[in-house]
Amino acid sequence: MAAVRPLIVVRDIVNRFGAQVVHDGVSFEVMPGEVFGIVGGSGSGKSVLLRTMLGLRRPDAGTVAIEGREITAMDDRELRDVKRRYGVTFQHGALFTSLTVAENVTLPVAEVLDLDEPSLARLLELRLRMVGLPLEAAAKHPAQLSGGMVKRVALARALALDPAILFLDEPTAGLDPIAASAFDELVLYLRDTLRLTIVMVTHDLDTLARTCDRVAVLVDRKVIVDTLEGIVANDHPWIRHYFHGGRGRAVRAAQGDGRGA
Amino acid sequence: MRARPSPDFPVSFSAQFDPAAARLMLAGDCGMDDAPVLAAALDAVRSAVPETLRVEIGGTLDLGPSWLLRALVLDLRGAGRQVELDGRVPEHLRFLDEIAARDVGSLPAPGQATFADRFAEFGGSLRRRVAGWYEALVFGGRLLESAGTAWRSLRRLRVPSVVRHMHETGVQAIPVVAVIALLISVISAYIGAQQLRPFGAEIYTVDLVTIGVLRELGVLLTAIMVAGRTGSAYAAELGVMKLNDEVDALEAMGMNPYEVLVLPRVVALVLVMPLLTVVADFMGLAGGALLTSYLIDLPWSQFVMRLDSSIGDTTFWAGMVKAPVFGLLIALTGTLRGLQVRESSRELGRLTTVAVVQSIFLVIFADALFAIYFLEIDF
Repeated sequence: MAAVRPLIVVRDIVNRFGAQVVHDGVSFEVMPGEVFGIVGGSGSGKSVLLRTMLGLRRPDAGTVAIEGREITAMDDRELRDVKRRYGVTFQHGALFTSLTVAENVTLPVAEVLDLDEPSLARLLELRLRMVGLPLEAAAKHPAQLSGGMVKRVALARALALDPAILFLDEPTAGLDPIAASAFDELVLYLRDTLRLTIVMVTHDLDTLARTCDRVAVLVDRKVIVDTLEGIVANDHPWIRHYFHGGRGRAVRAAQGDGRGA
Repeated sequence: MRARPSPDFPVSFSAQFDPAAARLMLAGDCGMDDAPVLAAALDAVRSAVPETLRVEIGGTLDLGPSWLLRALVLDLRGAGRQVELDGRVPEHLRFLDEIAARDVGSLPAPGQATFADRFAEFGGSLRRRVAGWYEALVFGGRLLESAGTAWRSLRRLRVPSVVRHMHETGVQAIPVVAVIALLISVISAYIGAQQLRPFGAEIYTVDLVTIGVLRELGVLLTAIMVAGRTGSAYAAELGVMKLNDEVDALEAMGMNPYEVLVLPRVVALVLVMPLLTVVADFMGLAGGALLTSYLIDLPWSQFVMRLDSSIGDTTFWAGMVKAPVFGLLIALTGTLRGLQVRESSRELGRLTTVAVVQSIFLVIFADALFAIYFLEIDF
């Protein structure tokens, strides 16, 4: 593993809103092919960190490099090329409500590539099949979908350009445990078969235990990165509270058999 | 997934179909960006339908391109042709076979709209129209009901909310309403003076401007401005609240959304419209006085005397009584359309537009009715 270059390098990120400092020197690396979890309390700046990594927000200091290219120093045109290399799903799906599922999933492809209709339809079928959606859903509007299906359509849209990296913001929030664990399996399946690199912000301890190879915890404006075992053993008070509270116990119980993959 | 060696050294992809040798040569790595090149070559193969085909794959293929190639191979093999894959056969194919084997139904065919479809669409639009009328009735009924309870207790009227809306729709609208009224009176004075001069009747410009502004233009233009400003704001505010489930949240807390959201807005606008009309009337007369003094050298004192004799007891009130009615129409249309928003952001935009267009239409329609009525009763 030592010879592998990290895919994403985050160095000394500082983010401020007025006098309020959200991040004060956050650094970590994401390796190719891993599922990297980001957790933290409400208001600890998970979403701000994600937006910084996506190039949607310029940090007040520090750098983010994706595939060795520093996105924090890029102009908008260069950034657009990098943006094609990753796919993102947002917390509430962020599907375009006025478009059908088919139009939502096809949009990124049709927007940047000059492809004929039959090819677009074939690619649509591929993406829907990849995320395990029934193909009849293509004609539906987002308002007609269940929460789990919305997340899957969002994932299909994120996969539309064959990205190397997937960013998932709270992928299982609002799903019932069955749908959430099905989504976890889907994420692992895509990672294993396509060797995708996945960065996810999540509060779902089950998802964390099931899918993430390494976890970054945002505490005190800094970040602590370790494997889940290492994080659970960490004795920072917030982390102890998070993983050893009532909800955390299930994770430790699941650790025995949960992480076979 | 992208098996390109490195994004720093992109290998340009090319796809060539050689019909004579029945060979498809794919050179370089193919990502989604190169899909159009691949699709064009595949299309050439598809239209040629060769007896045998050899696909020589030089680089890697991403998932999307692999899927397009796989579709072609399956089509040709399905038609009984020989297809051979050579070179770096993409390893995704096993994954693609796997997901293709899943039974997930088929894509709904877009197809041509049949007569039955059109008929169903017509019926659907008719049903929606009737449902819209029904909703308007329910809206009116529930609003009356909450107005009835609010009448009995002042607390239910939510005075702070009414005042806030009066500030937003009234006080903040004063500058634009004032400027519009000033400009319209300048326009009518200018045209009036020009047309009346040949008859030596320039002095009647004063009558034209004062009666026009007080009876019609002041209140009508104020109403149109308010429809554009406030009608759209009402529809958009309530529409977004609907989309965010905020209206459901109110109802779930045992509050009546008509009482909390609709009534204060309606009351505020009904109260504010006459006040804005006073501003518009004043500015209109000021503009008329300014322009007549400039165009026909009429001193201000003369203007005031002429004004006094030209307008009757009812001229001012003929405009003023319309103001609350127009305010009511605008507020009702805006809030009703806002509450009709469902499901999508496009609906929000559509209904906001509908709110503005309909409230302006209703205002002008009501103005016409007022004009006929005032003529009949000689008001």
